Amino acid sequence: MDLQTLWFAAVAVLWTGFLLLEGFDFGVAALLPVLGRRPDDRHLMLRSIGPLWDGNEVWLITAAGAVFAAFPGWYATWLPALYLPFVIVLLGLIVRAVAFEWRHSSHDPRWDATWTHVITGGSLVAALGVGAALGATTLGLPIDGDGNRVGGSFAGVGWPAVLGAVAVLGFAVVHGALFLALKTDGDVRLRARTLALRWSPVAALPLLAWAGIVHLRYGTPVTAVLWLVAALAVVVTWARIRVDREGQAFAGWAVMLIASAATIFGAAYPVVVPSTIDPAFDVTVADASVSDYTLTVMTWVAGVGLPVVLAYQAWTYWVFRKRLTAEPVHP
Amino acid sequence: MDVLDIARWQFGITTVYHFLMVPLTIGLGILVAVMHTMWVRTDKPEWLRMTRFWGRIYLINFVLGVATGLVQEFQFGLAWSEYSRFVGDVFGSLLAMEALLAFFLESTFLGLWIFGWGRIPKKVHLATLWAAVIGSIVSAYFIIAANSWMQHPVGVTMDGDKPRLTSIGAVLTNNTALAAFSHAIVAAVMVAGALLVGIGLWHLRRRKLAGRPIDVDHQVWRRSVRLGGWVSLAAFLLVAFTGDWQGKLMYEQQPLKMSSAEALCETEAPASFSIFAWNKLGSNECDDVHSITVPGLLSFLAHNDFSSAVPGVNELQERYSEVYGATYPDDPSRFGDKAGQPVDYQPVLAVTYWSFRLMVGMGAVSAAVAAYALWSTRRGRVPTSRIGVYGSLLAVAAPFVANATGWIFTEMGRQPFVVVPNPDVPVGKQIWFFTAQAVSPGVSAAEVLTSVIVLSVVYGALAVVEVGLITRFVRRGITTGDGTPTPTGTPDGPDRADRPGDDDVLQFAY
Repeated sequence: MDLQTLWFAAVAVLWTGFLLLEGFDFGVAALLPVLGRRPDDRHLMLRSIGPLWDGNEVWLITAAGAVFAAFPGWYATWLPALYLPFVIVLLGLIVRAVAFEWRHSSHDPRWDATWTHVITGGSLVAALGVGAALGATTLGLPIDGDGNRVGGSFAGVGWPAVLGAVAVLGFAVVHGALFLALKTDGDVRLRARTLALRWSPVAALPLLAWAGIVHLRYGTPVTAVLWLVAALAVVVTWARIRVDREGQAFAGWAVMLIASAATIFGAAYPVVVPSTIDPAFDVTVADASVSDYTLTVMTWVAGVGLPVVLAYQAWTYWVFRKRLTAEPVHP
Repeated sequence: MDVLDIARWQFGITTVYHFLMVPLTIGLGILVAVMHTMWVRTDKPEWLRMTRFWGRIYLINFVLGVATGLVQEFQFGLAWSEYSRFVGDVFGSLLAMEALLAFFLESTFLGLWIFGWGRIPKKVHLATLWAAVIGSIVSAYFIIAANSWMQHPVGVTMDGDKPRLTSIGAVLTNNTALAAFSHAIVAAVMVAGALLVGIGLWHLRRRKLAGRPIDVDHQVWRRSVRLGGWVSLAAFLLVAFTGDWQGKLMYEQQPLKMSSAEALCETEAPASFSIFAWNKLGSNECDDVHSITVPGLLSFLAHNDFSSAVPGVNELQERYSEVYGATYPDDPSRFGDKAGQPVDYQPVLAVTYWSFRLMVGMGAVSAAVAAYALWSTRRGRVPTSRIGVYGSLLAVAAPFVANATGWIFTEMGRQPFVVVPNPDVPVGKQIWFFTAQAVSPGVSAAEVLTSVIVLSVVYGALAVVEVGLITRFVRRGITTGDGTPTPTGTPDGPDRADRPGDDDVLQFAY
């Protein structure tokens, strides 16, 4: 495997890692008004992701950084083509981040409730927006031969972006519910389980559709197998929720995401930004890549750095592995 | 205004705003880690209370830094796509290294520190904070290495129309980066020192006037003032040394930036240093500026002796026009409206001149306040002077201003270049990139205007909440002087954040 392919795979892994980790904290945040009927429930839900969300969000920064580092042509085409949509995503992420810290800075329940809503709103915007951006970069953006967007500010938000947005949100909501079923106890756990059981087959459909379309357009027998694995994982997840095996259900749903992402990126390769105007304008790995020397440097850095990151992030999850219960939250 | 000007305002606003949080994160992180270390070593209750009080401010500030830092990672691609394409072989890898090697460390271990009270062994818990603080410092190193490469591109060769990285070692050991990094770190420590001094003095005075006893809480504020004061003074000395180092490099690498900092119009030997200017202060015509000067000092700052010549703005302008062209290339696809127009190689003089003076002046104000704080609290004294204490509180802003104006100076001073040619390289092999060709060609002025307005409004609102929260938190002070048991360090002691009955101040739990 040459370095460009390796780095395309690395970028795909980073985006998948981001969705896998931040996906559940997006989902938990989105479910706050649904599953968190009492303030104590909502506090419990927030406590379950409290120590983890910031570390998860670094996966987004690293994924974007890796796109810039390895494929500046991808970074410099994809981002300006979705200029305002990306700004909206950033605003969602900004208000969400400060809300996590600021909501418990006052004893006033209304203050707390307001910032809790901000966490939900910001997370919804961010999940939909990142999904839209990933949908667009794997299914198509209206770019010309110079990589510039054709059309107005939101011309990049066509059906591919909408499909990506719904797919990521659908995945995140069930992922969040399964995380809560795994990590909490009491009413929240029961409600999360019920929601996951009822909605997981439906919520997986947009993601499977997205992966299926990319596969039909560019796919290989390998991506066909990957897609089938993803579809099968949905069934397994659903069956495991039914028998109350939350850990296995969570793992099954994660396999669904990994297999779908592998289908999408695996099929799309070597195209990184397909043009909806003319396939001749597609930006490919070779067009967008940096030199082999830079990729070699980055390979060494990632080869040493990423295992260390994975080790200490895993340790964090181990430290906070205990199932949480809704104890009365003192003021 | 065209898209270029709006995009520059956007970068300036978002970056200066972000950099209000950054030095406090770095500086206060180091000091809180020191406090926490002292508590683990001595078991004295005041160090625990200091850790938790200042730690809470650190966290409130940290999260806004993280939030606004997200914009930084994306805006090179969003608004500066041509820049991103040009520098892609070098610049992106530094951002990715920053994320992988620094941001993960920072965020993951800070999460462990916040929620780890009582959950992980005491010393391991302390180590998590140090890991997060080291993460912040490493992140500063990488982003400054990236910026310094724009100021002084090394380790690259031109390959077609783009620079290609030839030595990552040269980029990471760029002398510009080493000078700027050390300068930025000690400047960050000054920010934290000023905060400890200002708030500590205010609490000490208030407690004394209210007749409160000399108890643990008194020790908290007193130690804060003493620590902050000594740290500020030491950091100021280092700021001066590292600034001098950086200044001498800049005289070689970007002479026009430094002569503009002095409004030195004509080449002088020996060159005098301008203290303060009068007459047409806002003028950008060099010859309009008249100032009080110290003879020979500028020669010393530039070359370490009191007689060498320092080139003036007018001479340098001519030299740059000869080498890099009197006009932008006549290529509208790359230069837009600027194609074929004359290039002004002189940065905006009023900005460089005054930002430089504000940077140095505000740094000196901080040092003076630190000296006052140490003097007025000597041998257990508590100052009650209204002017002294409130002045120190107000002076918390001084090092923030110094940090911000320092960056404004260095970034505005390299215009019209975004990547400044490296004079150590023969002219034919030099690499440079004008700011005018860096902006995203596919993004409209209306879009950037929309984003700069929305971001500014949101940032402004967040600033109001942030300052409000910190102020209220600071005014409330430490509310544990009410019979909270003395820390023992046992698992059931107050280092358990989730222990019921503790006041909110001692809780980091969500």
